[in-house]
Amino acid sequence: MARFIIKRVFYMILVLWIVTTITFFLVHSIPGDPVSAMVQDLPEETRELYLEQYGFDQPKIVQYIRFMKQLLQGDLGSSLRYPGRKVAEIASSFAPVSAQIGGIALAIGFTVGTILGIIAALNRNRFSDRVIMILALLGTTIPTFVTASLLQYVFTVVCPIFPTTGWGGAEHMVLPVACMCVGPLATYARYMRSSVLDTTSQDYVLTAEAKGARTPRIVMFHIFRNSFLPCLTVLCTSVASIFSGSFIVEKIFAIPGLGTYFISAINDRDYSMILGLNIIFTGIYILSVLVTDILLGVLDPRIRLAEKN
Amino acid sequence: MENTKSYVPCQEDFVIIGCDDAATEQMPPVSLTYWQHSFRRFKSNKVALVSAVVLLLIVVMTIVGPLMSPYDMEVVDLSQRNLWPSATYWFGTDQLGRDLFSRVWEGGRVSIIIGLLGSLIVALVGCIYGGVSAYFGGRVDNLMMRVVEILSSVPHLLVVIMMSIVLDSSSVGTLLFAMCITGWCPVARLVRSQMLQISRSEYVMAAKVMGVKPLTSIMTHFIPNTLSIIIVNITFRIPGFIFGEAFLSYVGLGVQPPATSWGALCSAASLNFLFYPYQLIIPAGLIALTMLCFTLIGDGLRDALDPKLRR
Repeated sequence: MARFIIKRVFYMILVLWIVTTITFFLVHSIPGDPVSAMVQDLPEETRELYLEQYGFDQPKIVQYIRFMKQLLQGDLGSSLRYPGRKVAEIASSFAPVSAQIGGIALAIGFTVGTILGIIAALNRNRFSDRVIMILALLGTTIPTFVTASLLQYVFTVVCPIFPTTGWGGAEHMVLPVACMCVGPLATYARYMRSSVLDTTSQDYVLTAEAKGARTPRIVMFHIFRNSFLPCLTVLCTSVASIFSGSFIVEKIFAIPGLGTYFISAINDRDYSMILGLNIIFTGIYILSVLVTDILLGVLDPRIRLAEKN
Repeated sequence: MENTKSYVPCQEDFVIIGCDDAATEQMPPVSLTYWQHSFRRFKSNKVALVSAVVLLLIVVMTIVGPLMSPYDMEVVDLSQRNLWPSATYWFGTDQLGRDLFSRVWEGGRVSIIIGLLGSLIVALVGCIYGGVSAYFGGRVDNLMMRVVEILSSVPHLLVVIMMSIVLDSSSVGTLLFAMCITGWCPVARLVRSQMLQISRSEYVMAAKVMGVKPLTSIMTHFIPNTLSIIIVNITFRIPGFIFGEAFLSYVGLGVQPPATSWGALCSAASLNFLFYPYQLIIPAGLIALTMLCFTLIGDGLRDALDPKLRR
């Protein structure tokens, strides 16, 4: 098990390094220098001064080595647009906001989605199954910005119970979390349903039934445990969907999270900011893949055995 | 117990329902091919059929819709700003007084083209990559799959955002390129595993033993057995591309004015959504409807083409 984890961690670092390198050279291959992209007519001397200050006048490879050195020291660079604004600082002060919303949304989506999926599968082709599946289908097909806008409209115009913009108390979290958990919830409901249906037709379930085990026992010990694993593999996908959700939801509900900063960095074409945040997002994603892998390895002995061979 | 004893079974209890003897004697007039069977199964699926019709309607409207409206999508009329839907402006007008009816259908053209072309490109690249990887096997396969693994450990959306920033042009071609550059990875994996599964199956081995040429085997065993999976996969990928385009446009990286798409329309409408909700609801509803149709058709196709997966 320890070897398995070490191997995975090593692999993760390798991937992160490759991704960082590729993004660095991609960002730096954008034609024109960042200074003249920001300010149109700058005196030649001032421009050169700026370039020198940020080190843009040096060869790409020197810049890359310097960037990697800083990165290893935990310095992700600083904003080009707003001098003094460090990527690492912004990340540490605004990531908790995003993490709160995203984490709660994922937790709700995962629990409720799994439960709904089990209910749907156990009542296959009955009314409750149909209703859950139709709702799940709608949940996966309606884009986040539509749900967010609709919720905002309903809670501003029709019944103003929850605040629709801003950040602060717990009441500010209700609507964004509601928006962001729709996607994962629907995905898990669909996955869990098909997974449970797969498991129900297995021989060991039939054996348990033949032995006279009660239905709740079969569901808990035979079906749920085994159909839960395929669902775990989708966990990384839903972490990715939390990102895309957070970009839009944070923008719509005016929440000061990482997504908001990422979007504004895109609109400002603030390349160093984009680069830094990109590395953070990729890091989180790869970390979630790692956690999923390890969890699967712990929970499912079959995977551990396959890895050994 | 007493009940069962007193009951005497009669002749009617042993009639096979839904099948009479005369029917079993008859041979079916023609034997259907796999595709004919699949088409039949698809036709009997009402949900899929209805969504196919709805989708066809949407596609036809994106072609003829802009011609039906007397107003051009690009003509600005500042005296007719933000009008609600009416007899003259069927879907109302936007904040610059442009007719939304022609804009919505014109935008739909872009969205649907991106959806269709994107998933086709991804399927093509994925098939070639996965096929080559499975064909050569061994070290080549290992290397190629490592590349896929690394490419797919980056969140897809971030790649798309990065690519569209770096390329810095917002034509449909750029958007497609940005979305396809890592989008083919899942298809390559799917094709590879399917190919490996087929090559291990008994009938392929039997054909090999009997001296069937590799090319014949590829044509008659590998391609037909992979095709159905790919077709289903293409259908399921289209909503993703439509959503990707809408997301990019919403963030401000997508199609730029005067051209438009459903995502761009939603993005423009969301600014004063509280006052003119119709400007958002129409394109957003169409995005959701189109994605729903493709998903339902995909479900129907999966059931029709691969009965093993049916639930």
